[in-house]
Amino acid sequence: MKLFALLLAGAGLLLPLGTWAQETAPDVLVKNVTTEVLDIIRTDKDIKAGNTQRVIALIEKKVLPHFNFQRMTALAVGKDWRQASPAQQKALTDEFRDLLVRTYSNALTAYKNETVDFRPFKMRAGETDVTVRTQIHQPGARQPITLDYSLEKNGNGWKVYDVVVAGVSLVTNYRSSFATEIRSNGIDGLIKTLKAKNSSLEASTKK
Amino acid sequence: MKATFFSKFSKIVVAVAAAGLLGGCATSGNPKDPIEGFNRAMFGFNEGLDKVIIKPVATGYEAVLPSPIQTGVANFFSNIADLMVGVNNLLQGKPVQAASDAGRVLVNTTVGFLGLIDVASSMGMEKHVEDIGQTFGRWGMTDGAYVVLPFFGPRTARDTLGLAFDVYTDPVTHVDHIPTRNVLLATRLVSDRAELLKADKIIEEAALDKYSYVRDAYLQRRRSLIYDGNPPREQDSAAELESDKKMAEAGESAQPTQTAMRQ
Repeated sequence: MKLFALLLAGAGLLLPLGTWAQETAPDVLVKNVTTEVLDIIRTDKDIKAGNTQRVIALIEKKVLPHFNFQRMTALAVGKDWRQASPAQQKALTDEFRDLLVRTYSNALTAYKNETVDFRPFKMRAGETDVTVRTQIHQPGARQPITLDYSLEKNGNGWKVYDVVVAGVSLVTNYRSSFATEIRSNGIDGLIKTLKAKNSSLEASTKK
Repeated sequence: MKATFFSKFSKIVVAVAAAGLLGGCATSGNPKDPIEGFNRAMFGFNEGLDKVIIKPVATGYEAVLPSPIQTGVANFFSNIADLMVGVNNLLQGKPVQAASDAGRVLVNTTVGFLGLIDVASSMGMEKHVEDIGQTFGRWGMTDGAYVVLPFFGPRTARDTLGLAFDVYTDPVTHVDHIPTRNVLLATRLVSDRAELLKADKIIEEAALDKYSYVRDAYLQRRRSLIYDGNPPREQDSAAELESDKKMAEAGESAQPTQTAMRQ
């Protein structure tokens, strides 16, 4: 019996990790990550004391591996994306990722006494693009805030490509300001603007 | 009362229209925002007003009053609003939601001490967000141009019309004792603003251009509300999504794509 268990464990170790990731259903993935991150935020002393760097580190480690930032950036940039060179696409993705992470981290620290409710999730067999719906209940507030994640299945399992808060997509909401910036200053202009925005945010969190 | 309100309102509309004509040249070409020049000016005006008066008062209100009292105040106004939320649900052909809204008002007004405690929510009767602009949208009226109204903030042309009806049917505006009415209106404004204080910092940090960030968020939010949280994907953006997706995928093997595009 013991030997059998050992064999099972051994077989488990040999399995490529990718297979495991792929097996996790999108709603389970969202639920696990949300629960884990909220637990840490509620208990970590540094985070409770308002240490933004620490929240960012937590998000980098726990949340970001489940996001497809290139897809998110392509969505936010819209049709100009195809005009960008691979190097520009990479620079855009890196800067946009930084901006979203920073904003998202600060939002998380502002709302920490909230509870999350996971809405019923249905998925047809073989579907590769789904929305997982959650609701955030604030203490004392009459109405929960809806927080929906759009996920897409690719080789590495399910990845989030859009986050929709109260009906507002955090990704496509940038589309018109990105387009305006590209129209007047080109893609490099947008990269520069994003860089400047990120460094000003960094300066203000270090204070 | 009625006449003065509508004459004031029509003056605003005329002013908006006139400024829109003047501001016509100052647009960045967004088809949803044809009077952007005027809107940006109005946005600046509202921001200034908020910064100088409304936000400081709301911040003080939040700092001084214990949070159960703040919740009570917000609940009280929310209960009054639920009356018209129910009417709008009925007008939108959603009798079940309308009945639940009526039930909320009944329960909260009695058991919930004139609405101070939201007993209905803990009984599972969900709070809905409805207004006449949404009802018009449900009936098929399109957004029309985006407009930033003085004091009221972002609207679409359709929601501006809706706002006129909302204000007219708002029970608080019909309180006969004028000083009481004014105190109620001011308290509600401050209470509503206090609830948004946390979101301020997030918007400031997230937005490259606050004006367009707020505009696009407003338009997305309204669309979502009209469809009760399940808006269909917009046709053109769905098509764009597809091509973006292909582009993102192509990005991973970008070299051949780039060559292909140049040909």
